[in-house]
Amino acid sequence: MDEIKRMVIEYVKREYIEEGDDREVKEDTPLITGGIVDSFSMVSLKRFLEKKCAIQIPDAEASPEAFNTVNSIALLVERFRTGAR
Amino acid sequence: MDTVGGPLLPDQVSWSRAEQDLGYRKGDLINIGWHCSDRICRLGHAAKPALIWEDAQGDGRVYSFDDLRVLTNTFARHLQGLGLAPGDRICLFMDRVPELYIGFLGVLKMGGIVQPLFSAFGDESLLTRLENAGTAAIVTQRKHLHKVRKIRDRLPQLKLAVVVDADGLELRDGERAFALDREPRVEEFEVHPTTAESPSVLHYTSGTTGQPKGAQHVHYSLVSQYLTAKVVLDLRPDDVYWCNADPGWVTGTSYGIIGPWSNGTTQAVLDSGFNSERWYAFIAKHRITVWYSAPTAIRLLMRDGTGAAQKFDLASLRHLASVGEPLNPEAVLWSKEAFGRPFHDTFWQTETGCIVITNLPGMPIKPGSMGKPFPGITATVVDLKSYEPIPRPGSVGLIALRPGWPSMMREYWKNPGAYQSKFQNGWYLCGDRASIDEDGYYWFVGRDDDVINTGGHLVGPFEIESALLEHPAVAESAAVAKPDKVNMEVVKAFVVLKPGFAPSDDLDLEIMNFIRKRLSPLAMPQEIAFVESLPKTRSGKIVRRVLRAQEFGEPVGDLSTLMDD
Repeated sequence: MDEIKRMVIEYVKREYIEEGDDREVKEDTPLITGGIVDSFSMVSLKRFLEKKCAIQIPDAEASPEAFNTVNSIALLVERFRTGAR
Repeated sequence: MDTVGGPLLPDQVSWSRAEQDLGYRKGDLINIGWHCSDRICRLGHAAKPALIWEDAQGDGRVYSFDDLRVLTNTFARHLQGLGLAPGDRICLFMDRVPELYIGFLGVLKMGGIVQPLFSAFGDESLLTRLENAGTAAIVTQRKHLHKVRKIRDRLPQLKLAVVVDADGLELRDGERAFALDREPRVEEFEVHPTTAESPSVLHYTSGTTGQPKGAQHVHYSLVSQYLTAKVVLDLRPDDVYWCNADPGWVTGTSYGIIGPWSNGTTQAVLDSGFNSERWYAFIAKHRITVWYSAPTAIRLLMRDGTGAAQKFDLASLRHLASVGEPLNPEAVLWSKEAFGRPFHDTFWQTETGCIVITNLPGMPIKPGSMGKPFPGITATVVDLKSYEPIPRPGSVGLIALRPGWPSMMREYWKNPGAYQSKFQNGWYLCGDRASIDEDGYYWFVGRDDDVINTGGHLVGPFEIESALLEHPAVAESAAVAKPDKVNMEVVKAFVVLKPGFAPSDDLDLEIMNFIRKRLSPLAMPQEIAFVESLPKTRSGKIVRRVLRAQEFGEPVGDLSTLMDD
């Protein structure tokens, strides 16, 4: 789980935090409601998770709530990794 | 006459009545900024809250109409002090912070042409729009400044970048700090003497061909925006109104600034991404009475179910309306269940400046229909070839409006050919197809061109394809709409790779992020298909309709002009 969180934080910082934006990204930083990742950009984050974690996340599960924090993303990934629904 | 908030009977709804309400007679000076602030104070509402603002963390601030009057004066004076002049295009490139709303009116008060742009635009999208407009200054935040810096040397007309939160930031040549809160307040300001046809707002909008075009509006548009806000949104003196739209788009200015404030209505703004519980909490906290939202947001709320709504006291909601794309019947029915009342679909576009076809409060709604023409708007559907009105109910044609309503755009910025092409046979063509039923209700069928409507925003394929071609791996590309349950349509890109490149998940993701950062999240292809070739005419033009038809499961039509493989 920690590995997933680290990976997600790194990816978000690299792809979504722009130069000059000094916001921190922590495990509980609100990504969607905080305006770091918008609902359209979620698709590329979902694609990244599916590829890196070798999982398939159904569209219905890829909600703004599920993607709002690194913690919630890690839980989602873990669910689909272990096959739990 | 204190007409702010006074209800109108149906036969009183007219542009001339709106002029009377606003105290405007033909030939008078008229300034949107003044009408949205000073005039409301003069009517005795100086202490009334104008803006209830809250950020994602729940921190908030309330501005009265007198605050609005003084702060917009301050903003306007500051811009003058920087050497900006009437007629200058001044871009506002900020998140939904108070400076965006205040700055909008401030630019108008000093006679500038305000050019609001969606803050999620990447540097290429910003460059296209600033270059086309010959923008003189951009007002932005530190987090977006790097995009401006990246393109600055390609914008010789851009004199200044003004940063509203620059504390501790090392500014470069041509950059200025402007902390509105610390600026000495300007109580009295001589508003620039704008007239009805003085240019006011320049909104960029995407079309099928070419880069986005600047729809130029004038101060007289206020007449339309005031009246339609009052009647369609049913704004009343004690309302607290919430418009979800960002002022980077026309809904966020016509009905997120001009409409409500010219009516003296208190409005609430939430600077936060989507979260259903956050939104419901916001409605409950501020006792929102009128809510203007969008089908994409409503579908996301539907996904979270009525249970999520029932956790909050939403009894304050009195009237709901929707804009951006057709509101599907399920959403209308769901909102009755969730909120006790339906969302009323409204139809209009950047070029029209105001709502033109709509479901009015109290009018029976036919779920799925955009309603009927607003009083003062003459509308019809015309034949796709002859542009003659089609009299038979149920026949599909192009939605057409008789030109001349107050907020009709006056030009596409420096593009008279494109502007003229919007008018045929004495009608303004919206670019959408619809039918009219026997009761006069309009039913949307689809776009008449290749523009993609994603989440209620129009995205032009040409801009996306041009950006795709800048990726080192891409040889050719086509961008079309793909149906989507939440957003109605999303962008799908068909890509032919250059020799030496092979399709892969890594490349797919790389291209998606490339477009997202250069253009915007809206323009980002949500799906990429790597193909060997694209359907083209014998003259080499890519035929997007074939790809689109395949995505929508529709007949591909006449293929006789296509190149053989």
